[in-house]
Amino acid sequence: MAGIDIEGLATVYPNGVRAVDGLDLTVADGEFFALLGPSGCGKTTLLRTIAGLESATEGTVRIDSADVTRLEPGKRGVAMVFQDYALFPHMTVSENITYPLKVRRVAPSTRAEVAERTSGELSLHGLLERRPGQLSGGQQQRVALARAIASEGKVLLLDEPLSNLDARLRLEARTFLKKLQKDLGITTVFVTHDQAEALALADRIAVMQDGKLRQLGSPREVFARPSNTFVANFIGSTPMNLVPGVVSASSIDGRPVDGGSNGSAVGAVSLAGGSLPAATASAPAGAEVTVGIRPEYLTLSTRDVSGPSLRGSVVVAENLGTMSLVSVDCDGTLIGVTVPEEDEPAPGTPVVLTASAQRVLLYDKESGELLARQPAVVG
Amino acid sequence: MTPAFVVRRIGFYTVICAITLFFAVPMLWIASAPFDASPGLGVRWPDWTLENFRKTLSHPYALHSMVNSLLICITTAVAVTAFAALASYALSRVRIPGRDALLYGLLLLSSVVTGTAAMVPIFVMMFQLGLIDSRFGVALVMTGGLLPAAIFILKDFVDAVPKSYEESARVFGASTLQILRDVVLPVARPGLATILVWAFVNSWGNFLVPFLLIRSIDKQPGAVLLQTFTDEGGSANLSVIPVFSLLFSIPVVVLYLLVNSRYGFRFHGGIKS
Amino acid sequence: MATPPESVPVPPVPGRPARVRGPAQDVAGLGIGRAVGFLAPALLLIGAFLVFPAIWTIYIGITNYRLTGVEAVSPSIVGLSNYTRALNDALFHNALWLTLLFVLGSAIIGQNILGFALAWTMRRARPAVRRTVEALVLLAWILPSTVVAYLWIAFFDRDTGTLNSILGTQGTAWLIDYPMVCLVLFNTWRGTAFSMMLYSSALQAVPPSQLESARMVGASGWQTLRDIVFPHIRGHVLTNTLLISLWTANDFSPFLLTKGGPNHESETVPVYIYNVALQGGELGYSSAISFLLLIANLLVALLYLRLLRRRS
Repeated sequence: MAGIDIEGLATVYPNGVRAVDGLDLTVADGEFFALLGPSGCGKTTLLRTIAGLESATEGTVRIDSADVTRLEPGKRGVAMVFQDYALFPHMTVSENITYPLKVRRVAPSTRAEVAERTSGELSLHGLLERRPGQLSGGQQQRVALARAIASEGKVLLLDEPLSNLDARLRLEARTFLKKLQKDLGITTVFVTHDQAEALALADRIAVMQDGKLRQLGSPREVFARPSNTFVANFIGSTPMNLVPGVVSASSIDGRPVDGGSNGSAVGAVSLAGGSLPAATASAPAGAEVTVGIRPEYLTLSTRDVSGPSLRGSVVVAENLGTMSLVSVDCDGTLIGVTVPEEDEPAPGTPVVLTASAQRVLLYDKESGELLARQPAVVG
Repeated sequence: MTPAFVVRRIGFYTVICAITLFFAVPMLWIASAPFDASPGLGVRWPDWTLENFRKTLSHPYALHSMVNSLLICITTAVAVTAFAALASYALSRVRIPGRDALLYGLLLLSSVVTGTAAMVPIFVMMFQLGLIDSRFGVALVMTGGLLPAAIFILKDFVDAVPKSYEESARVFGASTLQILRDVVLPVARPGLATILVWAFVNSWGNFLVPFLLIRSIDKQPGAVLLQTFTDEGGSANLSVIPVFSLLFSIPVVVLYLLVNSRYGFRFHGGIKS
Repeated sequence: MATPPESVPVPPVPGRPARVRGPAQDVAGLGIGRAVGFLAPALLLIGAFLVFPAIWTIYIGITNYRLTGVEAVSPSIVGLSNYTRALNDALFHNALWLTLLFVLGSAIIGQNILGFALAWTMRRARPAVRRTVEALVLLAWILPSTVVAYLWIAFFDRDTGTLNSILGTQGTAWLIDYPMVCLVLFNTWRGTAFSMMLYSSALQAVPPSQLESARMVGASGWQTLRDIVFPHIRGHVLTNTLLISLWTANDFSPFLLTKGGPNHESETVPVYIYNVALQGGELGYSSAISFLLLIANLLVALLYLRLLRRRS
């Protein structure tokens, strides 16, 4: 059972930069785990510290319950695929794949078998005698994966595995990678700066900023309930609306608005000249907050609706394929909302925006942290 | 096509022709004189013969000096390449204390201490070391002179080798020695070949060092011997000089073409490769 | 030492891949101990055959050391008298002046301008033309200097020389009548390749869109050069000029053509040092002059490195 346990880990560069800064993290056996964050957030350093290519300044790294913090990279039982694949240009594909075995002095006949089998698993038939320079980007990536798998590490580390592929190939490789990981069942940690990639691939995501963990959770949790405005900004292909607001009431018109059945207090926040329902248990009336709501979770209507809503007029609509991103001017604040393409309103149309209380997130105005104890959303 | 355009085109090609002639004409002599039955210093359509080659090859020291040149230059090239490879790898990959100062110093040295500015102390030093008239001594002096620049060029090569190659091998458990042997050395091979050729070509053409340090005619390399070809009357021996010049130039040109076709001519500033 | 003129590292030409990110580190696990071991042989050789001679020049320069005679066995310290002698030595002044002419004529003007002209015109020439011209220019650069010397001796020859045949001036002994002109022509021919290559790669770094914009607004060739190209390559021009000046000032090949003659008319500083040291046997005095040459080199090199730093 090869999980990874990281405790109080810090990696400090000679110039004093704390690239990883006091991190606790547990990756379960067989899990596909993403380290996500903007460039310079320390995600690659964390991966390299797990691999042993950077040495930890503080804290411990355990792989399969064994403390490997001070162990040489080669003795940790990890396999790694580098961003540039690091395929040795002077070796054939077959020599590349079996180099980890050659290092361990495995007999040539066994190596040939492994090369044959692994290349089969990764659809590299007939390429074994080629050199990396003669392969396409996708093939190179699969050779790098094959080499990592052939080394039979307990843990697989991938540094930006898809970033060197062009857009079309990337989708294909993404599907391939996810299926491969499920088939092999090997504990896998990968680094990416692309939130869509992390959402699509990972079982769980760790979002990092400035060497610290900002949120840890399943892709759905991270997407639907970012635990702070940093994550809220970073995740999602259309940016989350983050608008200043004030908690106006714990209930509206003397009755619970929506979703009140689960026992939490549902009130309203006023923002952008209107108001929206929100779970306000942790924020007293009159508290200033930052209201976060994803464009996907807002409903646009051209007819008047009862209950809390935002009113405005359409400024511009951007085509996103099957959806349109509509920018609505609500009392001077631009709010984004996605609508199906057939419902796209013309600029200037007066519209009303509504949302369910579960989808309206309240963040502390100062710290940007999610005001806690709102009902968790599943689904 | 306007007249002005035509005039400009004609002017352009006239300039190109003039420049080409400027570079080509002085070389014509080495193409014609070696094959001329009565070679002179002028350029003319040769009266074809290979007699000059026979004369040159039977010259008592001609072939011998080529062997001397080979001995000196191979020693120099191998020593420069080996020592520069080790040094540049260490400088590229390990944070040795004082590394930047060392690199700066080397850069200064390689341009400041030239053969002509240091010829006197070198002569005196080799004289006192008893290395006058020694081909090995010549190779040593050349190696010392070529090393700083060689380290610089090679460090550039090594810096350009992605570290992920070594890291990857290291994650798979390869030892330092295995990494150097299996990964670094093969990947750096084009750089090493370039340096080998560069050092060879530079020492092949070097006149000053052997001219200063070697006395006996039977130890002289071609670069120096070529200066001393005279016939019985004491004037320049024109049946040997052109042929020898031609033969002596061939290795340099061939090596240049080889490196150029194999690895492409990489511009290392100021470096003949 | 053996370093022939054309071997000084030049600044990285723009367009090279950027260095890999992150701090430099010992990726193969070499360790400082072994790293020092890797460095040792190279540093020993450089120390013995480059650094030590350079420092020793200072010492020999304050003695009356000679190649032969009493002073060869037991030289004595004469203080700065070698330097005061240099101040009043007409032949040394002559050598300085000739070196200046040589550098100005063949490097700063000759190689620089011809090299740039070649780089600029070859940029858009047909590939076949370009390859031929570049091959010729490069050939002039890579041929051994002794061979090149013979080529030019033949070219300038009094009786049957090619130059006299072309100009119809049979009987003109160019190397004797106009030795410095011959040397300048010779060194321009020999060294232009470096400037050509440096400028070629510098010109590649000029964004084509800017050249095209200049054409769109109707700038003439000269205006384009002055307003678009030159500001881009100003740093390269400085670098190139400094380096080729340094190499030309230290070039020993004038010796191969004229041996400094006739009557010191082409005796540049390097040739003068050789003649004083090994023909005249005055090792002490020639060391003093060598040291002055070293100092001049050092000044130019420091200037060059400063420029490099500012650009990077």
